[in-house]
Amino acid sequence: MTYIRPQFRHPALPKNDLGYTSKEYEGALSTLCAGCGHDSISGSIIQACYELSIAPHRIAKLSGIGCSSKTPTYFLGNSHGFNSVHGRMPSVATGANMANRDLVYLGVSGDGDTASIGMGQFVHAIRRNLNMLYIVMNNGCYGLTKGQDSATADEGSKSKAGSVNPFQPIDLAGLALELGATFVAQSFSGDKEQLVPLIKEGLSHNGFAFINVISPCVTFNNNPGSTKSYDYVREHLEASPAPDFVPTKKEIKTRYASGTGTDIRMHDGTSIRLEKMAHDRNPYSRLEAMNALQNSRNKNEILTGLLFVQPVSDDLHQTIQSSDKPLNSLGKDVLCPGSSTLATINADLR
Amino acid sequence: MKPTDIKDPEYFHKVVDCQYACPAHTPVPEYIRLIAEGKYSEAYMVNWESNVFPGILGRTCDRPCEPACRRGRIEEEPVAICRLKRVAADNKDDVKAYMPKIPSKGNGKKVALIGGGPSALTVARDLAPLGYEIHLYDDQNAGGGMMRSQIPSFRLPTDVLNEEVNYILDMGVHTHFNTYVSSLQEILDKGYDAVFIGTGAPRGRNIDLPGRKEAAANVHIGIEWLASVAFEHTSKIGKKVIVLGGGNTAMDCCRTSRRLGGEEVKVLVRSPFAEMKASPWEKEDALHEDIPILDNHVPKSFIVKQGKLVGMTFDKVHAVYDNKGKRSLVSTNEPEVFVEADDVLVAIGQQNSFPWIEQSTDVKFDEWGMPVVDKLTHQSSNANVFFGGDAAFGPKNVITAVAQGHQAAISIDLHCQEKDLTQRPAPFTNLVSQKMGIHEWSYDNDVVNDLRFAVPHADKKVYLSDRKVEVELGFDVQTAVKEAQRCLNCDVQTVFEANRCIECDACVDICPTSCITFTVNSEEEELRPRLKVPAINITQDLYVSTSLPTARVMVKDEDVCLHCGLCAERCPTSAWDMQQFLYNVTKAG
Ligand SMILES: Cc1cc2nc3c(=O)[nH]c(=O)nc-3n(C[C@H](O)[C@H](O)[C@H](O)COP(=O)(O)OP(=O)(O)OC[C@H]3O[C@@H](n4cnc5c(N)ncnc54)[C@H](O)[C@@H]3O)c2cc1C
Ligand SMILES: Cc1ncc(C[n+]2csc(CCOP(=O)(O)OP(=O)(O)O)c2C)c(N)n1
Ligand code: SF4
Ligand code: SF4
Ligand code: SF4
Ligand SMILES: [Mg+2]
Repeated sequence: MTYIRPQFRHPALPKNDLGYTSKEYEGALSTLCAGCGHDSISGSIIQACYELSIAPHRIAKLSGIGCSSKTPTYFLGNSHGFNSVHGRMPSVATGANMANRDLVYLGVSGDGDTASIGMGQFVHAIRRNLNMLYIVMNNGCYGLTKGQDSATADEGSKSKAGSVNPFQPIDLAGLALELGATFVAQSFSGDKEQLVPLIKEGLSHNGFAFINVISPCVTFNNNPGSTKSYDYVREHLEASPAPDFVPTKKEIKTRYASGTGTDIRMHDGTSIRLEKMAHDRNPYSRLEAMNALQNSRNKNEILTGLLFVQPVSDDLHQTIQSSDKPLNSLGKDVLCPGSSTLATINADLR
Repeated sequence: MKPTDIKDPEYFHKVVDCQYACPAHTPVPEYIRLIAEGKYSEAYMVNWESNVFPGILGRTCDRPCEPACRRGRIEEEPVAICRLKRVAADNKDDVKAYMPKIPSKGNGKKVALIGGGPSALTVARDLAPLGYEIHLYDDQNAGGGMMRSQIPSFRLPTDVLNEEVNYILDMGVHTHFNTYVSSLQEILDKGYDAVFIGTGAPRGRNIDLPGRKEAAANVHIGIEWLASVAFEHTSKIGKKVIVLGGGNTAMDCCRTSRRLGGEEVKVLVRSPFAEMKASPWEKEDALHEDIPILDNHVPKSFIVKQGKLVGMTFDKVHAVYDNKGKRSLVSTNEPEVFVEADDVLVAIGQQNSFPWIEQSTDVKFDEWGMPVVDKLTHQSSNANVFFGGDAAFGPKNVITAVAQGHQAAISIDLHCQEKDLTQRPAPFTNLVSQKMGIHEWSYDNDVVNDLRFAVPHADKKVYLSDRKVEVELGFDVQTAVKEAQRCLNCDVQTVFEANRCIECDACVDICPTSCITFTVNSEEEELRPRLKVPAINITQDLYVSTSLPTARVMVKDEDVCLHCGLCAERCPTSAWDMQQFLYNVTKAG
């Protein structure tokens, strides 16, 4: 009769370094279709933030419009949130980030929200290396408006109604690599073991981190012939090295014989361990990542995992040398230094 | 692990913790739901079918179901299962019409019951409707056994007892009250097709200490004294009373003393308070009646002055445990403690005694003087003689006596038909989907946050001045409904169908208590710590599916499942369904 989530949790739920259980990272009960891949990604976000022991009030979650963009309601209920206009999440994120660099920025978008209406915004956020994690929940359709093909739908993919998509897809991960994103990963909503560490890495990365997550729409795009269905994606996954996030405080233990694992040191001292890194793959090489991505596309495979990372880069704040303190922590005299300062500036520009 | 066989009725039975723990396997959640719906007579009959004495047990049961209740593992207190049973009994309509019909023509078989306690009455209740001619012998003047002689009226009013005893006696049972059976041989010689012995554990243990003889006039054996109060032979006790012992009998003795003139009543017990045998609620009630419980006191002697008892001395001890956890009580070497007393009640245990069973009967006894009785069939070494209740395996409680009565009745019925006694009837089970529509179930799946409600008590002044005034008033109907809502409906099972699952994880994400994990299979010991929340409660089973397309299995830890149905609501393919599981122990016939 009800659709109310009980208040009780497992009495033995573990606590993180802040003393919180994962319950403190939950949001409202999802209203998406039962079985939606987006809900799984929400679950991974909750798990990642809990494991990273980020205080919930230190996170700002931002989104556009779409089923995917609705998900911030369903996770991190104790964090800041902004549900913007369709495709406009990047500019709101940019503004927020400029005003307060101390928060952790998590942008959530859909393939429609990003690859169609928001494309112009998306590419500039990458270009500026805005310090945020940008997650696209990619289901190849406009879920919220009843499943029209989106710009990421594969050519030849069949819709639920039986029509075949005649257009080339936009490869968002490839685009991010091309535009100079400093962290690019791809994953699958149904693979939490891979996705949770990727989200942790993306949140810890300084600069623009992008994760394209294939996320089946159970209602409108899970039919035979669709290339974004659970079955199709599972059959065509090509998982690259499974990453393992190692926080700063913990000593890095090699679980594999020397030479088979690769550690990637992040700017904050944490590191990512790539298990059994393939001999021919170098996570620091943008070119190799682009090649690998293209190769798997040619084989109709979906390459997942961490594709590329540039651990050290200048983010937007560093590039434009903006205030190193959040604006809300500055006094009125600093924020508005008065007419004599304005006069000096104007004089300089004469 | 092997995939779970949910066709085995014991798998889901075990998930219904309360019912599984109940010796008679009463379908608890079933009757709790009926109470919430205001269907008290139906709730009463569900109980009556299983445990025969809902009104009595709803006041006095030892409630093994409550420590087992799943609710107690997700918050502080279990559901007040026992006191809800009383609500059904208190609020029911006339239920006589629902009672089994007694055939006008008998089946030609005669059965003698020795003892009129709950075990024997249960045998009568199960066999009379099948046409057996039942003869019940008891040395008391009415039926009920220790429920009448021992359990005080302030816990169990006589009219409640009479009503439920009479439902059975009214089935045409031939009663022989005030008849002490002094020879089993004589009974056997009467040619009964079977004899059931339910004579209980009628002897109270004595204590042998210096001064015991001299003090005899003021030292009473607890259960004898309680019986003599119940039958109105005793109506007074001294102002200062010592009760020796830490079990429920001690609690009844001290509380009864308070009502018969005892002003300074003290319980002195050898063991530490926490290890006393009495149920926590019985101790609480005693403390509430201003009865101090002095633990770690070992009795040393009775002190008699001018031929009259004046008190007792005690040695103070503390508990020491060896590395195997075995306890010994070691003297603290403090000076002996003297406690004043006009009367002493000795409540340090009960014993069986069968002086009336002759060797000629072929009923054999073991080295401890207990009859040799088959645990399953209750048959003794004489194939015609069956034992049940406290007489069979030592003093326990009413609900155990009832459960054993049911089993003995099955055996007697099989025996009279010359069938194999070890072929026990299978339980009746039923599994029905509760789905009504999207987000709609035919049970109330909302999990409330209310903490356990307390049962209101009568006014202390009033009940302490009259031993027949019942202390507990029982839940009013409004509170009962709220308490009933605390039940998690553990009989509404989560049933998983592996071939429907698309492994979308929705159930994993939604489950509030992290019960579900999809993972690679392995042996149980290796699997338990690997689950979403490690499954450390090994008394609770893991529900394991067959292999899924990704070569993983679904593993559900039953431990703290709220039976909220969210997994089934979230599942896009209905791989999960909520199905109500009914399990009824089959009775004789
Ligand atoms: C003080 C006290 C309080 C208790 N409180 C509770 C409680 O709150 N809840 C609970 O569940 N249990 C309680 N018990 C235990 C419970 O009363 C017994 O476990 C239960 O009654 C046992 O039932 P039974 O069928 O074995 O026989 P009993 O109830 O022991 O009845 C046996 C009957 O047989 C009669 N009898 C014995 N020998 C003969 C003979 N040779 N001929 C004829 N008749 C004979 C006895 O007089 C008696 O009437 C209490 C026990 C005591 C002593
Ligand atoms: C400016 C504007 N244009 C169009 C819409 C209609 N609209 C709502 S959601 C949506 C597409 C969402 O697709 P996507 O981002 O992939 O999200 P999904 O629902 O698939 O997760 C569209 C076109 C809108 N809300 N606002
Ligand atoms: S919650 Fe209800 S069904 Fe579950 S064990 Fe407790 S009383 Fe029984
Ligand atoms: S009914 Fe399902 S969702 Fe609810 S607690 Fe049990 S397993 Fe979890
Ligand atoms: S919600 Fe249903 S389909 Fe999805 S993983 Fe759970 S059981 Fe399988
Ligand atoms: Mg979409």
